Amino acid sequence: MRAVFLAAACVCMLAVALITLFLLANGLPAFGKIGALKFLTGTLWRPGNDIYGVAPMILGSLYVTAGAVALGAPVGVLTGVYLARFCPRRARGTLRQAVNLLSGIPSVVYGFFGLVALAPTISRVFGGSGRNMLTASLLLGLMILPTVISVTETSVSAVPDSCYQGALALGATHERAVFSAVLPAARSGVTTGIALGVARAIGEATAVVMVAGNQPAMPSGLLRGLRTLTANIVLEMGYAADLHKGALAATAVTLFVFTLGVNVLLSLGRGRRRV
Amino acid sequence: MKQLNVAALPSQLQSPPQSSQSSQQSQQPRVIALGSATARTAPRLQSRRPRRMLSALLRAMVTISAAITALIILLVVGYIVAQGVSHLSPRLFELKYTSENVSMTPAIIGTLAMTALALAISAPIGIFSAVYLAEYARRGNRLVRAVRLAAETLAGIPSIVYGLFGALLFNRLWGYSLLAGAATLALMLLPLIMRTAEEALLAVPDMYREGGFGLGAGRLRVVFSITLPAASRGVVAGVILAVGRAVGETAALIFTSGTAPELPRSLLSSVRTLSVHMYVLSNEGLFIDQAYATAFILLLLTTGINALSVFAARRAGRAGK
Repeated sequence: MRAVFLAAACVCMLAVALITLFLLANGLPAFGKIGALKFLTGTLWRPGNDIYGVAPMILGSLYVTAGAVALGAPVGVLTGVYLARFCPRRARGTLRQAVNLLSGIPSVVYGFFGLVALAPTISRVFGGSGRNMLTASLLLGLMILPTVISVTETSVSAVPDSCYQGALALGATHERAVFSAVLPAARSGVTTGIALGVARAIGEATAVVMVAGNQPAMPSGLLRGLRTLTANIVLEMGYAADLHKGALAATAVTLFVFTLGVNVLLSLGRGRRRV
Repeated sequence: MKQLNVAALPSQLQSPPQSSQSSQQSQQPRVIALGSATARTAPRLQSRRPRRMLSALLRAMVTISAAITALIILLVVGYIVAQGVSHLSPRLFELKYTSENVSMTPAIIGTLAMTALALAISAPIGIFSAVYLAEYARRGNRLVRAVRLAAETLAGIPSIVYGLFGALLFNRLWGYSLLAGAATLALMLLPLIMRTAEEALLAVPDMYREGGFGLGAGRLRVVFSITLPAASRGVVAGVILAVGRAVGETAALIFTSGTAPELPRSLLSSVRTLSVHMYVLSNEGLFIDQAYATAFILLLLTTGINALSVFAARRAGRAGK
């Protein structure tokens, strides 16, 4: 039986190896054929003419993620702090459950909400179709909220109370104590929360496809449409063949490298905290 | 305990003992001189006002953020519920899908089949590997670290990458099918199930195991009749969480299970889950009314599942105590 358990434990590693292998096996030839540099820095994506440049999507992913973090992280961190240190006890359970509810909503439903509620509002206020960088950032910012909130709350609550009481004893007000003694002590946890948010935002496909506009051109402004790496795969995987399919696999490799980077940073941070 | 706390604090915070001393020193003369030297305390009083303003500002920021969050939740959930309920109709639940009724019943059945199959693959593997990590491997073993790293990597892979992988491997084997979708989904759920099960197992006190060994049970016997039952609620909570993820997943399924709106006939027939149904409806843009209703049902389903998981986990905590 021990062998069965051991085999089960190895499935995880096998899966990682298999996924990496398959992505590389399908993506690397395309990298070779197109030219890695040309693929990563090319600004044109025209599968019809066999021109594959993925730079617009890389930028698109980065912009949208940055936008989501800029909009979602401050609200998320402050709400987490509120939940941990400011919330009246009676309201805490309700608010926490509401946040859990938000984290359980599937991304299609978020996307649909963005499509039928958010995009028309943006369009009414700023003109245009409403499917643009701003809408995508807003929607993603909304989607990372629960992650940032709950991780922040957990890490702020985990700071030893002596820290807070020490600050109070020095004459700090409650707010001052929380923000200059407790929050800095919870810094690594807060960073982890934001990094998890980044990972979610950069990997999100369904919701982004529905609101980002998806033009495969260099992103040219907050109110212009753009296409992310994830959207690129979702949109074209259905009918791609040959080199086009390879180019999509290469897109996935690029995306994989990005998320791996975020994860490595995350575990580095976690390792440092443990020491 | 106190020493440990101080050691855990970042460097900025290790100064309090010093600064508290100095502030005590500076406070003492103030108390003595309170009556005579008002000139000395005056600047202090002045500097207190901006500080109070800062506090008020911080409090306002925090409260406003919480209010924004609450508002967003109300807005999103309220909008979907309100629009969804008003667009519900019995025709949406007819057994057969046609472009007239846009029924979601086949998709609901498809979701059930898909989730059950994915769990049938993923749950045993996940739980067994958790058993290995928690019960068999020596703690801090190199293999354990490698498996954990692999699980973390798996958990970090975006779902669309799973979808692409499934399309490249499983679709080549089985075409657009229930089986291909479930296999892809199973890989996605594996880290979640494994980690929650491992945590639940590790939370079982060693006393239980020692008691079992003391009675002469073998390791396997201890695992199956003592530790796993004791950890069962935590394990179940993780599995339910995985169900929630499976029900809400779209990107990994579009290119593996396909989007056929019919009832699945066999493991190899294409099937759409409710989430994929929802995605197709809102992408086509023809059936927005029905999409509202579907969004509501989907929200109801995932929320219910997540609540169930929280409930199970809470019972687990109580059982552990």
